[in-house]
Amino acid sequence: MLSVWTLLSWGPDGWLDDIVSGAAVTVLLALATLPIGLTIGFFIALGKQSEEPSLRIAANIYTTIFRGLPELVTLFLFFFGGPLILQYLIRLVRPEATIDVNAFVAGMIVLAIIFSAYASEVFLSAFRAIPKGQYEGGYAVGLSYGQTMRKVILPQLVRIAFPGLENCWLSLLKDTSLVSVVGLAETLRQAGVAARVTKHTFLFFSVAAVVFLILAVVSSLATGAIQRSLSRREARR
Amino acid sequence: MSVAADAKSAVERPPPRARGWPRSRVIGYVLIGIWIAAGGGIVAYLVWAWNGELFAKYGPSYLEGLGVTLSLVGISIVLGAILSFPVAYARMSKNRILSGLAYCYVYFFRGTPLLVQAFLVYYGVGSFKPQLEMVGLWGFFREAFNCGVFAFALNTAAYQAEILRGAIESVPRGQWEGAASLGLHKLQTLWKIILPQALVVALRPYGNELILMIKASAIVAIITVYDLMGMAKLTYSRTFDIQAYIWVAVVYLVIVEILRHGIEWIERRITIHLKR
Repeated sequence: MLSVWTLLSWGPDGWLDDIVSGAAVTVLLALATLPIGLTIGFFIALGKQSEEPSLRIAANIYTTIFRGLPELVTLFLFFFGGPLILQYLIRLVRPEATIDVNAFVAGMIVLAIIFSAYASEVFLSAFRAIPKGQYEGGYAVGLSYGQTMRKVILPQLVRIAFPGLENCWLSLLKDTSLVSVVGLAETLRQAGVAARVTKHTFLFFSVAAVVFLILAVVSSLATGAIQRSLSRREARR
Repeated sequence: MSVAADAKSAVERPPPRARGWPRSRVIGYVLIGIWIAAGGGIVAYLVWAWNGELFAKYGPSYLEGLGVTLSLVGISIVLGAILSFPVAYARMSKNRILSGLAYCYVYFFRGTPLLVQAFLVYYGVGSFKPQLEMVGLWGFFREAFNCGVFAFALNTAAYQAEILRGAIESVPRGQWEGAASLGLHKLQTLWKIILPQALVVALRPYGNELILMIKASAIVAIITVYDLMGMAKLTYSRTFDIQAYIWVAVVYLVIVEILRHGIEWIERRITIHLKR
């Protein structure tokens, strides 16, 4: 029987290297999802506060569906259903083609969709917190719609939305663990393999929990720093 | 042009309805078209792939799974609510050690994925088999359902404690002082004055927590509980028919929407006296 410290060491006897590589995959997945999710979420929020009813309805359908479905169901639907549709479409062109889904990409798509559904609500309430005069002021000095958005609205929007987005990020970080179910070798998967091989189940799942706690602490330190630098730039009123 | 006419035209009017086909309308119609196509496609697929035999075979098991899901969530929410009272009390206490412990508890359960917690309970208790057998709890933890309830109750207790704390702290201090000056003791004040006001604030977060729990309960399927999602997994593994997941998605969506609208309705009802 190997001692606990040997099990948790780096190298062929220990499992630390495997867990660390899993943690790296977790972080990579979350970081790769973030920009996509933020972009989609921003445009969904734009659609929701648009004056055009059809755009509002389309955006609301999106959030209703993807906030209402359990994350796991969304993941399975896309992971098992997505290839069926893709295969059907591709076989129209090349009848012999087969599709192989990469768990990382599938996880990234699903997490981005879920993240954007939640982030759009945050963006929407931030949009509502910005007075109409800001737009009007922008137009009055001759900025176009796009310029007003970029130079006047967005900087304020980011500041108001930041705390909400931080919550979205933390739940994104936790949701990455679900992708282990479809076989991505991230933290939980690696810990599970280690647990099964060594029979030290409690030990290795605790290690996985500790990894997630460390990630949460690190990201709250990082977001704290960003928050401080954002509030430094805020105009005095 | 007189000044009066200018002033008249300066009266604020709602902007005229956009006519024709501005860009946002084109995009909106295209997106709605995509949604209709996707929805129609799924319905058409379900009709095309309709298999009465399969439905008769697996339909009842879905209902059974729904029962398991609802009872799992119900039991954990109630147990979590009971457990959340001492946690919230400890979190608000002036005793450093007590509030520190409660903070760690809450941070652990909010900072780690529920899936990890479920694994920790379901697979992890195996490491303590001799001890648990000694106390006579091994039989309890051998059942996946009990492990699920255990993990979920602890998890939701952490979230509910935070909701409760936030709600109690949202009640102004003057309410405590007023009650104290009327000679009510702490517990009476809490029960008769603070909680009724706090729960109005807490209703929406509690509702969200309930919805989150329903959604999160899908993960117990991974620790081999045959809840709604578990039944879908079982059906899919036997038939390789994507319908299994489409139907389960529909059921979850319907439950969540019913709950969401129900909670909104209750909130409208109990905040009538706050409307001005």
